[in-house]
Amino acid sequence: MQAFTQHTGIIAPLDRPNVDTDAIIPKQFLKSIKRSGFGPNAFDDWRYLDAGGPEIENEGRRVNPDFILNQPPYDKATILLARENFGCGSSREHAVWALDDFGFRAVVAPSFADIFYNNSFKNGLLPIVLDADVIDDLFKRVSENNGLELSIDLEAQTVSCQGEKIATFEIDDFRKHCMLNGLDDIALTLQHADEITVFEEKRKQTAPWLF
Amino acid sequence: MNKTKTLYDKLWLDHVVRSEADGTALLYIDRHLVHEVTSPQAFEGLRIAGRRPWRASSIVAVPDHNVPTTDRSSGIQDPVARLQVETLDSNCKEFSLTEFDMADERQGIVHVIGPEQGATLPGMTVVCGDSHTSTHGAFGALAFGIGTSEVEHVLATQCLMQNKSLNMLVSVDGDAPSGVTAKDIVLAVIGEIGTAGGTGYAIEFGGAAIRALSIEGRMTVCNMAIEAGARAGMVAVDETTIEYVKGRPYSPTGETLEKAIAYWSTLHSDEGAHFDKVVHLDAADIKPQVTWGTSPEMVVDIDSVVPNPDDETDKVKADGMRKALAYMGLEAGTPINEIAVDKVFIGSCTNSRIEDLRDAARIAEGKQVAGNIKLAMVVAGSGLVKKQAEAEGLDKIFIKAGFEWREPGCSMCLAMNADRLEPGERCASTSNRNFEGRQGQGGRTHLVSPAMAAAAAIEGHFANANDLV
Repeated sequence: MQAFTQHTGIIAPLDRPNVDTDAIIPKQFLKSIKRSGFGPNAFDDWRYLDAGGPEIENEGRRVNPDFILNQPPYDKATILLARENFGCGSSREHAVWALDDFGFRAVVAPSFADIFYNNSFKNGLLPIVLDADVIDDLFKRVSENNGLELSIDLEAQTVSCQGEKIATFEIDDFRKHCMLNGLDDIALTLQHADEITVFEEKRKQTAPWLF
Repeated sequence: MNKTKTLYDKLWLDHVVRSEADGTALLYIDRHLVHEVTSPQAFEGLRIAGRRPWRASSIVAVPDHNVPTTDRSSGIQDPVARLQVETLDSNCKEFSLTEFDMADERQGIVHVIGPEQGATLPGMTVVCGDSHTSTHGAFGALAFGIGTSEVEHVLATQCLMQNKSLNMLVSVDGDAPSGVTAKDIVLAVIGEIGTAGGTGYAIEFGGAAIRALSIEGRMTVCNMAIEAGARAGMVAVDETTIEYVKGRPYSPTGETLEKAIAYWSTLHSDEGAHFDKVVHLDAADIKPQVTWGTSPEMVVDIDSVVPNPDDETDKVKADGMRKALAYMGLEAGTPINEIAVDKVFIGSCTNSRIEDLRDAARIAEGKQVAGNIKLAMVVAGSGLVKKQAEAEGLDKIFIKAGFEWREPGCSMCLAMNADRLEPGERCASTSNRNFEGRQGQGGRTHLVSPAMAAAAAIEGHFANANDLV
């Protein structure tokens, strides 16, 4: 997994609540058996005016000029600014893969849906929860400054904008550690394989109907 | 110190292998359900790392999202979908996993077949790379959806790194009026607490109206816990649970069953257990529900009108409502029962079990689908549900009334197969998500119960199913 320490990049504002994973990556792209290549179809229904699909080339499709990620400099954005309950709905990790493949390194919102939040950490995409008034302020700043950048420092758990620290954010120690070091959590868990085996053996005695 | 525990506390504690200093726990997983869409990358990751499934016997796999609901004798026509289903078949073969493949009579929606086979039992941890895994909480199990990286993690280690959620009790008190189903109850709950109301919580559904529900009804309620933001929903074990579980292929028998029942009977929240949040709803106030927008929380009674964003004081919410009305092609103030529909879908992991089909058939019996309905389809949740329905003659009732009777799968709930809405088409659907484009790009979804979907098919517009009985 790609490590995340510090990052500075352009903020793209996506000003609507409850952005669901169906919107982030529509279902027809879920037929892929790969992890990569979803970026060009991130937000497909909003990004293009015509229908897309795994068998359709994106070159030559009609782009929706009103959608924020089609407007320079936001087509090069690496931080997504969103509203509450971002990533709700389906558990599809393809949503995170699509955002990552588009070039996003972080999503900043007042709240995230639980499964999306978990999936993000597995892929080096940092979900940052900030108070609703800080988010409101960021939307305002972005509307006044096209191409505004945000700086994120995971070690210090801070976000800075226009030369000032605007907020700190919470993150579980374990997740932070894995993210900072880009750790493979399967390998980490397997360090405890003996404990899992002991637990399992005990469970076979107490709940034999499960085995 | 308070030693009483909630059901969620008990299920959690029984599965903790070890804990990190910050509270992150390694949780043991008893049952891993697998389908074709969220697993190929996980199996690929396993292969690349030279790993094998930790406990193959914990896995039950089934293709459901991509499978056609029409004649399957010639296989899947879409080559991309076909490759995905074939990939599941070959992964299951390679790692010697139990799979109910497309030709198997037991094939169906993963959240229907798990319980049907007794592969879901009380007290289990159940995971699946699908958000509607919360369904299995109906058995007093801890069940939640996971992403593909976590699917790989469970395959490789039989465990997941998890942070404990907070406890929420949603108590639906009193008796639900006649004609008010489990679907109406859960939509009313989501309308009350909102789609993010359960975020960070595990929800236990309790109260007399929940206790009165069948297991099928409880599955409908728990299924949509995720639509309220909660990864897990659950209902305490009682006689109804135990009676349902007994005698199924994966269920214990004899002495082991007795031992299991003794344990299962402890799976309820202790008297006085602490909940971080408690929500009460009076079942008597709940009426048949219809969603009008693009989020399940955008829901009203059948007797209501489409709400007006101008009445909403929260600016972000009001903007969301305006976007939803524009997408749905609706005007504020329109009576719900005047909204005409184009298609009707009865199916999905929310409402495709035998009881759901009986409910819909009762409304459709002896009547005809309205002339303006382009397609009304019934998709049973599994081959065995379909068989049972046919034994009861429900298929004939539907077909005579003008419904199509299809093969089992996820179908038009998410339209990964050929079943979908065309742009602008309006659908009365028994599924779980009315998101933009969910049932087809530009499609407009209204979530309802099976009886209400059947009523919409017969009337051509939304109508109170009670008036058609």
